[in-house]
Amino acid sequence: MTHAIELQQARRVFGSVVALDDVSLAVAPREFFALLGPSGSGKTTCLRLIAGFDRPDDGRVLLDGRDVTDAPPFQRNVNTVFQDYALFPHMTVAENVAYGPRVRGVAAAERRKRALDMLDLVRLGDFGDRRPNQLSGGQKQRVALARALVNQPKVLLLDEPLGALDLKLREEMQAELKALQQRLGITFVYVTHDQGEALSMADRVAVFNEGRIEQLDAPRELYARPRTAFVASFVGSANVVDGPLASRLTGRPAAFAIRPELVQIYPADSPVDGGLVSCEGVLEDILYHGASSRCHVRLMPQAVLAVVRTESAELTPLPQPGARVRLAWRPEDAVPLRKD
Amino acid sequence: MRSRRDWSRPSVWQKFAAAAGLAFLHLPVLVIVLYAFTTEDRTYQFPPPGLTLHWFEVAFARSDIWEAMRLSLLVAAVATLLAIVLGTLAAFGMARRPFPGKESITLLFVLPIALPGIITGLALLAGIRSVGIDPGFWTIVAGHVTFCLVIVYNNVLARLRRIPPSWVEASMDLGAGRWQTFRLVLLPQIATALLAGGMLAFALSFDEIIVTLFTAGHEKTLPIWFYNELFRPRERPITNVVAVVVILVTLPLILAAYYLTRPDEHGPGA
Amino acid sequence: MAASLAGSLRGRSAFYAALLLLPPLLWLGTVYLGSLFALLFQSFYSIDEFTARIVPKLTLDTYRRLVSHPANLDIIRRTLFMAIAVTLASAVVAFPIANYMARYAGPKMKAFFYVGVMLPMWTSYLVKVYAWRLILAKQGILSWFFGAAGAERLLDALLRIPSIGGPSLASSYLGMFVVFVYMWLPFMILPLAAALERVPGSLLQASADLGARPGQTFRTIVLPLALPGLAAGSVFTFSLTLGDYIIPSVVGAPGFFIGMMVYQQQGTAGNLPLAAAFSVVPIVLIALYLSLAKRLGAFDAL
Repeated sequence: MTHAIELQQARRVFGSVVALDDVSLAVAPREFFALLGPSGSGKTTCLRLIAGFDRPDDGRVLLDGRDVTDAPPFQRNVNTVFQDYALFPHMTVAENVAYGPRVRGVAAAERRKRALDMLDLVRLGDFGDRRPNQLSGGQKQRVALARALVNQPKVLLLDEPLGALDLKLREEMQAELKALQQRLGITFVYVTHDQGEALSMADRVAVFNEGRIEQLDAPRELYARPRTAFVASFVGSANVVDGPLASRLTGRPAAFAIRPELVQIYPADSPVDGGLVSCEGVLEDILYHGASSRCHVRLMPQAVLAVVRTESAELTPLPQPGARVRLAWRPEDAVPLRKD
Repeated sequence: MRSRRDWSRPSVWQKFAAAAGLAFLHLPVLVIVLYAFTTEDRTYQFPPPGLTLHWFEVAFARSDIWEAMRLSLLVAAVATLLAIVLGTLAAFGMARRPFPGKESITLLFVLPIALPGIITGLALLAGIRSVGIDPGFWTIVAGHVTFCLVIVYNNVLARLRRIPPSWVEASMDLGAGRWQTFRLVLLPQIATALLAGGMLAFALSFDEIIVTLFTAGHEKTLPIWFYNELFRPRERPITNVVAVVVILVTLPLILAAYYLTRPDEHGPGA
Repeated sequence: MAASLAGSLRGRSAFYAALLLLPPLLWLGTVYLGSLFALLFQSFYSIDEFTARIVPKLTLDTYRRLVSHPANLDIIRRTLFMAIAVTLASAVVAFPIANYMARYAGPKMKAFFYVGVMLPMWTSYLVKVYAWRLILAKQGILSWFFGAAGAERLLDALLRIPSIGGPSLASSYLGMFVVFVYMWLPFMILPLAAALERVPGSLLQASADLGARPGQTFRTIVLPLALPGLAAGSVFTFSLTLGDYIIPSVVGAPGFFIGMMVYQQQGTAGNLPLAAAFSVVPIVLIALYLSLAKRLGAFDAL
């Protein structure tokens, strides 16, 4: 099977900053693939290499098995939805969407029809004659989407497209994008710093940190079995236990991660099942989140564990901050972390 | 004791000073316009003893004035055209990430405006003499092109800088090659800046005197004619008429250039 | 950073950029830079006193003549003095206008003021000089104005002040000074207004809140923050006054200024080397001033 996109040992350096350090990945056709990471981690650089806006210092970029490392953007069958939408202000919405066909020589009547059809698909069918500056953020985003899709690309690249939208709109758009991708059967490569977004939409996620991919897995695997401390804390903010604390708890100085929602919290003298790993500490504070509460418990001077407890009427109320508490979890829930 | 004044409103004195300053800037030109109509032709008597259109008739009959005017217009047209081409090329070449030598080239593009005109004029004269050509129409044009291109360059560069890089990338991403991207995306955006730069360059060239005096040889542009007349005791009102004509030519150009480069909704930032 | 046709792809983009820059650089390089070098060379040549021909041999004679003749030094001193005086006066006159524009004017008024300052700036230089000749003339507007205000004696007293007075305003250093200030005023107003606009109003309110009187606030808060704008504007007033040759010959006392000297030497005297040497003086002075202004932050305010 030929990969839709393949990066082979791509390397990109800006001055003294290594943006991408020997990165390799392969995206399958029709896959919803996410590039996840904090700012400066290299995910956007990676996207730009695929789009053709930048060339790697080393390594190769392949699309559908073809080496496109030196090909300019207009020779790649890839389209991009930009973070700032990049709609041309001197053209109407319809003219924007018709731009791709226009530069390929499609006749005026035919390209207007295609543009309007595409606008219907994103539910902006009546907006054809408006100008970009008359649209809201969400509408601009959909026009950018339509403009990219009208060219029937094999791959669609999305650079943090939902960043400027408010929470509710963002969640709606996430669902729409996912549905669109499945309907059209196009490969999507989606850049985001929001791990919730990546987990909910993607088939596979590549987690970037400081120019390297720390882990490439399906969302469930990433969440349940993070391989490094960074992935553990970035994806779902797990507790990372390393060094001295690990020795005290398990007898071995091997670092591991434990999800806050898998830790039980009791008052200090409560009895605990023998099979569980347990320890004691001081409850520092409780953050009430409505459906759940997040507690911070200090075990050692430098170690604070977070515990998330789903609220329910049957549970005993939490002790007050300042009280001593006992924490417990199943040993198999602790995920060993790779030493970097 | 704390002042009880509201800091967001100006005091009477401040308003007066600002208005007086602005009036000071405009009065001299209004004075010239007034004097173009005076009946007195020997002194600068104020108030003018009478008003007349007579001098306009006299001025329009003078062939030397028309000759000078024709030359000035021609020089300005040619210089502006060359300046637009060279200035735009320069702006596109410079509108990118820093590269070695960029700062020096930026300085080079500032010099024609930064150094006093007399140095530019004298330098050009020295250059002309050392190459052995005779000063004439083309040396005048050459001098004008040098700073007119800087005007166009500044205008176009300022506009280019306000265009987000994503627009060019989006255009190429959608399949447009470099020339298509320039034609369909960049040109419409810089069109008004280009026009404004061209108009300012034309106005500047039309009334340039400082450098032209060095490079003109025996040719007489309108400003040179004007300069020579400054020392003639008679025919003052005709000089005033010519001044009014110069103002009437350059004023609409300046105003139009200003309106074109005001930030508007169809430009970058939309 | 800025968008560019060639800027998105490396390698080939450098080639395209070089291609774009080549024609304008060639032009400026040969016509402008080449001329400047020719000028510099000329200043190192000398003129043969007997044949009045230029001797194309490198020598420091011309520069020696320049600095050894007391009259020449007078000229330089006079020009420098005027440039400094004009710069200071421009700053003072420009301030109320710039301040009003930056802080009190609403958007429409601001645009109005901007056009109001820009129009005179772009109006023909000669027309403006000529207008002042009219205004300052013996029977011109200004004398009439003084007369109408009953202040003829004041005008006479001003004109009798040695070294800046003269037979009439139009032929005195005082008159020249006024014209210079007028001509470059817009060049001082615009950068100053831009710099003042960047001073947040909340700073002034905080200062008043902490007990400072308006004068103190001005001295300690406004002035230091407006300094880059002042420095930027002063670059124009200084260098433009230093090199001007038309205004001193149209309005003002008989004493020569650098610009006039340059013009005269290359013209009637045919002494191009001396003219060139003279013109190097303002270049050096301006370069010195620029480095001073840069330290005051002028380049960030431009």
